Amino acid sequence: MMRTKKPARAAQYAALTAYLVFLAFPFLWLISTAFKPARELGSLHPTWIPKDPTLDNFRQAFDEQPLLQAAGNSLIAALSAALIAVVIATPMAYVMARHRNRVAKAATGWVVISQAFPFVLIIIPLFLILKNLHLINSLLGLIMVYVVWSLPFALWMLVGYVRAVPTELEEAAAVDGASKVRTFVSVVAPLLAPGIVATAMFAFITAWNEFFFALVLLKTPEKQTLPVILNRFIGTEGVADLGPLAAAAFLATIPSLVIFAIIQKRITGGMLAGAVKA
Amino acid sequence: MTLATATKRSARGKPGRGVADRGAWFLVLPALIPILVLSVGPLLYGIALAFTDSQSGRTEPTQWVGALNFQDLLHDTLFWDSFRIGLLWAFGVTVPQFFLALGLALLLNQPLRMRWLARALAIIPWAMPEVVVGIMWRLVYHPDAGVLNETLSDLGLGDGKDWLTGTATALLAVIVVGVWAGMPQTTVALLAGLQNTPRELHEAAAMDGAGAWRRFRTVTWPAIKPIALAITALNFIWNFNSFALVYVLTQGGPGGRTRLPMLFAYEEAFRYGQFGYAAAMGCVMVAVISVILAVYLVGRLKGGDEA
Repeated sequence: MMRTKKPARAAQYAALTAYLVFLAFPFLWLISTAFKPARELGSLHPTWIPKDPTLDNFRQAFDEQPLLQAAGNSLIAALSAALIAVVIATPMAYVMARHRNRVAKAATGWVVISQAFPFVLIIIPLFLILKNLHLINSLLGLIMVYVVWSLPFALWMLVGYVRAVPTELEEAAAVDGASKVRTFVSVVAPLLAPGIVATAMFAFITAWNEFFFALVLLKTPEKQTLPVILNRFIGTEGVADLGPLAAAAFLATIPSLVIFAIIQKRITGGMLAGAVKA
Repeated sequence: MTLATATKRSARGKPGRGVADRGAWFLVLPALIPILVLSVGPLLYGIALAFTDSQSGRTEPTQWVGALNFQDLLHDTLFWDSFRIGLLWAFGVTVPQFFLALGLALLLNQPLRMRWLARALAIIPWAMPEVVVGIMWRLVYHPDAGVLNETLSDLGLGDGKDWLTGTATALLAVIVVGVWAGMPQTTVALLAGLQNTPRELHEAAAMDGAGAWRRFRTVTWPAIKPIALAITALNFIWNFNSFALVYVLTQGGPGGRTRLPMLFAYEEAFRYGQFGYAAAMGCVMVAVISVILAVYLVGRLKGGDEA
């Protein structure tokens, strides 16, 4: 082990503390604001920690905007998109990881290129197509968009997980005369289960957090997802009721934070496996 | 393993391989069809739209107009302003983000006590919806009720600055948010690269009397270079194409000072209904990004020769 001199170690701790402050501060301020009563928010010198913590802001947030309904919409859209995405992406990721044919190469190319496209070039035609199908202002239309939008990253992660599965078992199955599909379903897919779950959770969070497509495709408040409803709090003039705004924003973060805490390790593993190979 | 594969091949012969390939198609189709219908198709449609006068809510049929939209774009100073702002923003976020993330990754790779806390905190910006990140920083920047001005006045450094609506500060203010929001991914990627660096190499270099900077240059950097290049290129592209964060923070204001190309194209398409024109903007953005990608790929190939 290398020895590090004392002053160097002190400098490292100082730097780490600076990072912690930078990373944590905005979030702590959001929480503090969410629990502040109106008069503390209105005072000329805002308090760091609410002197008189209150839940009024949360109550008011639910009164001002249909938050529960929006959370329900987000849940439906994100859950459906995540499930469909992994169900269709896993077999394709298997082929991409194990084959060097034209389809696998084209798919890999698409995954890389799709990262670079500005969504505006996709959303205008999608808007026109979905309009013709009467799927504007419908969660179904949004789910379709989310499925395809989360595919590149899902494939990217899953290819990494497939590569980590040893090929011997598949070869044994092939020698036993099992078809490609059979081998995939009964041998490979079960081994991939943890990776599939992590990928689905990641797809869920990205859809839960998504704003741009939802903003364009959903028109009425009853259909809108949580991020779009949150944006409505700010209003067109940019003036907002700070307390309820903070309360609603804080609530919207909780599901993603919880899921992310669970899968964080797996995501980075899968992401890097994909990133290094691609 | 090679032997096993060879035996398997010869045992099953050609017909077996045919079956395997058909099986591969079955596995690919469930994803391939949605990709073609909802991604590749719309993309080509979008490029085609750039050469039409497509507008929303118009009764006359859409017509081909050739390169007219692109000619108009050439003279649209507002678009080029937003393009310049987009590049400034992408550089302004990506470069500090990389160096800050590298610093944090190097620290987290050291046996320090608060490591777990830093790792846990680094999750927050990554997991948060961009809209919430935007709202949160609006609260931080708020001229009266914000923590930034409060801290500055406590330190006796002036007060009451309107960060997001001031013409001089708005772009800088959103860049800081962009750096904050994207730092975790970069940190985690670099940290994983660091952890794959063989320890022995470090120790050998230290024994040879190499200082910290030399060890970084000769051992650490070569090991993390591929990941560093990949994540930086992706960050640049993602930042150039970003929308939600700045839309929530400033809506592109004040006076277009933070109007990124995506915000401009969004307004053009969905506020003014100019689908064809907005699609042309998208094409120009793709063209520029392709050049950046090409430069990156060439750089990466060269880097590969060195190694």
